[in-house]
Amino acid sequence: MQRTNTLHIKTPEGITFSLLLAGPVARFLAWVIDFACILVIMMALNIGIQVTQFVSFDFAQAAAILSYFVVSVGYGIFCEWYYKGQTVGKRLMSVRVMDIQGLRLQLSQIVIRNLLRFVDSLPVCYLVGGLSCLLSPKSQRLGDLAANTIVIRESKILRPDLEQILPDKYNSLRDHPPLVARLRQRISPREANIAIQALLRRNELDPLSRLDLFAQIAAHLKKIISFPQESMDGITEEQFVRNVVDVLVQALGTSEKS
Amino acid sequence: MIIDLQRFIDEEKKYWAELESVLERLDRDPLKKMDLLELKRFHYLYQRTSSDLARVMGLSAETEIRRYLESLVGHAYAEVHELREKSRRFSPLRWFFEVFPQTVRQHMHAFILALGITAFGFTVGGVAISIDKEAKSVILPFSHLQVDPSERVAYEEKTGATKDRLAGKKATFSAFLMTHNTRVSLFTFAMGFTWGIGTVILLFYNGVVLGAVALDFSHAGQSTFLLGWLLPHGAIEIPAILLAGQAGFILAGALIGWEQNISFKKRLRAVAPELVTLLCGLALMLVWAGMVEAFFSQYHAPVIPYDAKMIFGVMELIALISFFGLSGKSKERPHAKD
Repeated sequence: MQRTNTLHIKTPEGITFSLLLAGPVARFLAWVIDFACILVIMMALNIGIQVTQFVSFDFAQAAAILSYFVVSVGYGIFCEWYYKGQTVGKRLMSVRVMDIQGLRLQLSQIVIRNLLRFVDSLPVCYLVGGLSCLLSPKSQRLGDLAANTIVIRESKILRPDLEQILPDKYNSLRDHPPLVARLRQRISPREANIAIQALLRRNELDPLSRLDLFAQIAAHLKKIISFPQESMDGITEEQFVRNVVDVLVQALGTSEKS
Repeated sequence: MIIDLQRFIDEEKKYWAELESVLERLDRDPLKKMDLLELKRFHYLYQRTSSDLARVMGLSAETEIRRYLESLVGHAYAEVHELREKSRRFSPLRWFFEVFPQTVRQHMHAFILALGITAFGFTVGGVAISIDKEAKSVILPFSHLQVDPSERVAYEEKTGATKDRLAGKKATFSAFLMTHNTRVSLFTFAMGFTWGIGTVILLFYNGVVLGAVALDFSHAGQSTFLLGWLLPHGAIEIPAILLAGQAGFILAGALIGWEQNISFKKRLRAVAPELVTLLCGLALMLVWAGMVEAFFSQYHAPVIPYDAKMIFGVMELIALISFFGLSGKSKERPHAKD
């Protein structure tokens, strides 16, 4: 099976939604953070346990052994259950455990994926789990394979502040609705996103790079659809890109209905 | 096709927000039951948001809105299309007295396989010690088992009568035993992922060590000491490790899928709750075994007579067999064999 970084799930209603799979590096960093959390929890517990030493040294030692075991085994299970597939490390790294079919994550799945860490962590530093992650088509370690889970990247839902880049000015491209409609059909989400991101970050660029970047983007956009020359007369490449973004995301007027 | 994106968002966002709040409520209380009207509304919101997602899919510039709707639809999809029964509010007593023994019985073949492999290892270990005394140093790499059994018994009985070797250390020793044995058991289960090969090796090795110790003490005429020492905790500890082997073989069986006409994912999904039940059950058994071993098994005659220890162990074993054989039987549902 081919390796992928996106899992597509098709619902019975015919809608497909996609989940971005987390890579081994993000997962490893999440594990490092979780390991640090376990150490911090243990240090905090040990402070409490130290107090009981004055009553019984034996009891304090037993409590330390048991609490380390419970925390090290139970931390992942508890966090992933309580935070719906996330631990502190996963939350900070914006990754989440999900059922492979997009269904509700069950407690039994969480327990099994966490207990199979005993095999995944062999022989050292999660070598088995890491290799499995690299080799499996959906970046699953053995625990994930057994529990039917995947780890996804959580996308941050941030709408770009388009108002700052698209002031309410005359846009010559709007005079050509059929061409605009064709542009919106032909342009890919990735291409559109590049144009938006370039506009959003334009002030971070030095003047020469800015000119060069917008010249390249404009040239590429003109290949997708060519507008009449009169609609581009007197505007810079950057303004052209801004006009293209404007017609892609803003209202086109009353002549067209949704 | 959406032409006026802003109007589209303005019109639809109230439905997205409503769906989001329903999902948040379900997250907060997974056992919440919706009435018919709420269910209809939830389904309507799911379908409307799905339809919005389909419309946004063709819209190149709005990747953020698309991702947002994907996450919303994905979340709602999990609630709408989940066919597995939501677990009832967890009842520890029902789980312990019904679910746990029922699960052990349901996969009795896997348990018998684990028992057979351990028994085979026991025989091999016993035979090896019987025919070759040198084998002891190879099979039993533990210093406390290297000494002559008669000498050890004499030492234990003499020192045990005058002082408590575990005084001030019993709880620590007990905690160590509980965690160590649970770790070993979890590892035995996890090795089921090697198509059961790892589980077989661990059970076999466990049997070899047990057989070698048993025959070593038996040849030295110290069977009574051995039974008095092992039975009180071993009556629970050894079956717990067999349950770990059973869980490992169930996992291996689901991986291999021999004579099963369902997909790999479905096989694993089907056994997951049963594996968790077995693992939680055996962990409880090992907590008990750890306490018995530290607080009872380590005290020999004349402190505790061997007969009393053996009777205690046999009673535990009878109770355990009765528990697994009979508990929850009246409420058992017919099920497929493993």
